[in-house]
Amino acid sequence: MTATTDKELASVVIRFAGDSGDGMQLTGTQFTNATALHGNDLATFPDFPAEIRAPLGTLAGVSGFQIHFGSTKINTPGDQSDVLVAMNVAALKVNIKSLKKGGVIIANTDGFDAKNMRLANVPEDKNPLTDGSLSEYDLKTIDVTKITRAALADSGLTTKEIDRCKNMFVLGLVYWMYHRPMENTLNFIKSKFSKNEAVMNANLKVLNAGWNYGETTEMFANRYTVAAAKMEPGVYRGIMGNQAAAAFGGHLAITGSSGPGIALKGEAIGLATMLELPLVIVNVQRAGPSTGMPTKTEQADLMQAMFGRNGECPVVVLAAQSPSDCFTLAFEACKIALEHMIPVFFLSDGYIANGAEPWKFPNTASLPDIQVHFAAAREAGDEPFMPYLRDEKLSRPWAVPGTKGLEHRIGGLEKQNITGNISYDAANHELMTQIRQEKVDKVADFISDQTIDTGEESGDLLILGWGGTYGALKTATSILIEEGYKVSHAHVRYINPFPKNLGDLLKRFKKVVVPELNNGQLVKILRDKYFVDAIPYNKIQGQPFMSNEVVAKIKQILD
Amino acid sequence: MTATTEKLTAKDFASNQEVRWCPGCGDYSILKQVQTVLPDLGRPKEEFVFISGIGCSSRFPYYMETFGMHSIHGRATAIATGLKATRPELSVWIISGDGDSMSIGGNHFIHLLRRNPDVNLLVFNNQIYGLTKGQYSPTSEQGKITKSTPMGSVDHPFNPIALSLGADATFVARTMDRDPKHQQAMIRRAYDHKGTSLVEIYQNCNVFNDGAFEVFTEKSSKKEETLMMEHGKPLVFGENADKGIKLDGFKPVIVDLNDSAVSDLWVHDETDLVKATILSRFYDDPADENHFPRPFGVFYVNSKKATFDELFNAQIAYAKEKMGPGDLDKLIAGKETWLVN
Repeated sequence: MTATTDKELASVVIRFAGDSGDGMQLTGTQFTNATALHGNDLATFPDFPAEIRAPLGTLAGVSGFQIHFGSTKINTPGDQSDVLVAMNVAALKVNIKSLKKGGVIIANTDGFDAKNMRLANVPEDKNPLTDGSLSEYDLKTIDVTKITRAALADSGLTTKEIDRCKNMFVLGLVYWMYHRPMENTLNFIKSKFSKNEAVMNANLKVLNAGWNYGETTEMFANRYTVAAAKMEPGVYRGIMGNQAAAAFGGHLAITGSSGPGIALKGEAIGLATMLELPLVIVNVQRAGPSTGMPTKTEQADLMQAMFGRNGECPVVVLAAQSPSDCFTLAFEACKIALEHMIPVFFLSDGYIANGAEPWKFPNTASLPDIQVHFAAAREAGDEPFMPYLRDEKLSRPWAVPGTKGLEHRIGGLEKQNITGNISYDAANHELMTQIRQEKVDKVADFISDQTIDTGEESGDLLILGWGGTYGALKTATSILIEEGYKVSHAHVRYINPFPKNLGDLLKRFKKVVVPELNNGQLVKILRDKYFVDAIPYNKIQGQPFMSNEVVAKIKQILD
Repeated sequence: MTATTEKLTAKDFASNQEVRWCPGCGDYSILKQVQTVLPDLGRPKEEFVFISGIGCSSRFPYYMETFGMHSIHGRATAIATGLKATRPELSVWIISGDGDSMSIGGNHFIHLLRRNPDVNLLVFNNQIYGLTKGQYSPTSEQGKITKSTPMGSVDHPFNPIALSLGADATFVARTMDRDPKHQQAMIRRAYDHKGTSLVEIYQNCNVFNDGAFEVFTEKSSKKEETLMMEHGKPLVFGENADKGIKLDGFKPVIVDLNDSAVSDLWVHDETDLVKATILSRFYDDPADENHFPRPFGVFYVNSKKATFDELFNAQIAYAKEKMGPGDLDKLIAGKETWLVN
């Protein structure tokens, strides 16, 4: 056995990349779980094709999973990776640009054969493993396929089944490199394949083979430790944004989709606005227009949420900033919908939905109450029921079918205020339009003030973001402050209505920059509402912001 | 429902809203028949919900003194399914027209029928877009000249009964605005059926498509042109009840009862899907020579198929029984947690 040296690191970024069928998402998720249980703070970024089985071996078929973990606070999945696992040449070609100079490449040599080279459009004489083009990196080549096949020679499985265990070898090796506990994955394999013992044993064997390979070969001079992060005490779990999240009948109605689906629901959202019933609409935004890039993130549906319906149709709009914030804000969306009798948009995005982070989850007893009142039954002599009679929030009563004496009709036609009868009266329509707007505006009385997330309360420049860009903007701001810039970061979660103090907060900075993964949407609303000369900063590539590119942009504006 | 519910009258089901259909519209008759049938069902008003889409027909809920929702183009079916699933104790009715349910709502129409929630769907078919002032609809006959088809429509029309049977509907019936008794009987049968009940109602639009069904509704031609189906009875029609339908293998033929015995005729069986399918294809143009009479009554009933609301709620109950009542704290914690000290 070779003596390896243990090195302590504050944080590490690893990117697992391979063909869509190579199991990279599973590998990444398993490594994430083990890392969370080890006590590190972390953030992840899965980046995969829209096709379930994209063309084998091609650049389009590359599936990646990046994890950033550390003993410090981790805000993003990391701009560049320290380690790149490349299961084939296409995975290397696609991901090499995001590997740090001097970073480790673990390459599966079998994925660099003539066929894979051809599929990845790499000329025959340009094999990156042998042509010296990777000399700036620490290249480790392993024939993972061959070793896996050898380990499972007498398993009784077919070659195809055996090859599907390759990812476990890599996972075992990386577990060894970073001193991760394997129990969690061992248990996962045992439970996942409990009905197929041969496959279960094969996966367990190959996982251990990966670990042992690191232990017995002389390939790796170092192993690394990453100490547990100093996190607020409490019980944690891992959370993905996607996990967090029939009105007339007296139930809370929730619908979830992405942009194209929301377009289909537009008429129904208009109806809900007219009916003034509670409804939560979840939009996990992705790159558009139309079907766009289904698995890539974007923040381009804000205008759709705000204005994407016929007529004057204001609704409440909230936007979560991280996977764990999806819980907090989804709860808030339901509370507002029910307490104000109003449709509420809850915006997430592909980055938040697929990303993961540790979450100190709340006890349900600690959650605020949601006050729901149903209109009471009436007897024959009572005053007639008025379905559009309003309370101090301008909400109308929730009168559910089956309640005696509350028979009433509602619908998409304009209503007379108070009675709810159909009305084409000119003045009434203007009044009702204003009431529907005022009802949204009044929500501002019940939400918390906008705060500065990072930095001073005033200064040269405010970075104002929304949605999934939170981590990248926070990290960028910290870097800029360390370098002496008077920069602060605020992140808006309530977009319609805005927190009441937002306008004042903007005035305390000489410049306001609004970074968005779109062609400039929040910035338009801010300019309109506050007449502020906000500077747009846009990226429309289906990819999140990198902290360093934000830093560079802000310096360019300030210097 | 309580035993002390006093007997309601048709008047109790009329709302205080002014009815705004054109004078002479077939919709008035349908409103009256529904208001006549409901008091006989012995349920309090507040248990009825009428949900409609868009169109002339869909103004219907405003005129009923029950709970009601005038919703969106073609999707009253979706809203009604959601309501019935979450509030199965309510009596849910969907009011739609040929434009609403065959055009934009075509998709929702077939999915409602295959899912089979216990709701009643009344489709007022006038073979025209009335609310938008006279464009051809998905049930308008080919060649129809309307405002939007000045040279005649090239579209082949839908046959709503055949479409419903194709979507595995469990109750399929046809009636007409001009026959109040028959209409009431069909509405009552629709209510009594457990599952989605489709009733196609031939309804005259006297402004934009007057007389579309005249040949079936006028006394002078009704007996000759319609086939009033009754379960267990032979299929007889004609001015003097002198014609009948016989099955020659799977091929229906019209026979003259002066030459043929009634005992040889096809006896209507509502539970026979194959025969219902053949009857649904009696959809000839009455101007054609040797055309079949148009059938009215119940084509098909399947009382064995489980309803969507039953299955939906049974599954929730089963999940609770098997896994215990929901525990929000457990759900939030997920499968794996760790402690940070």
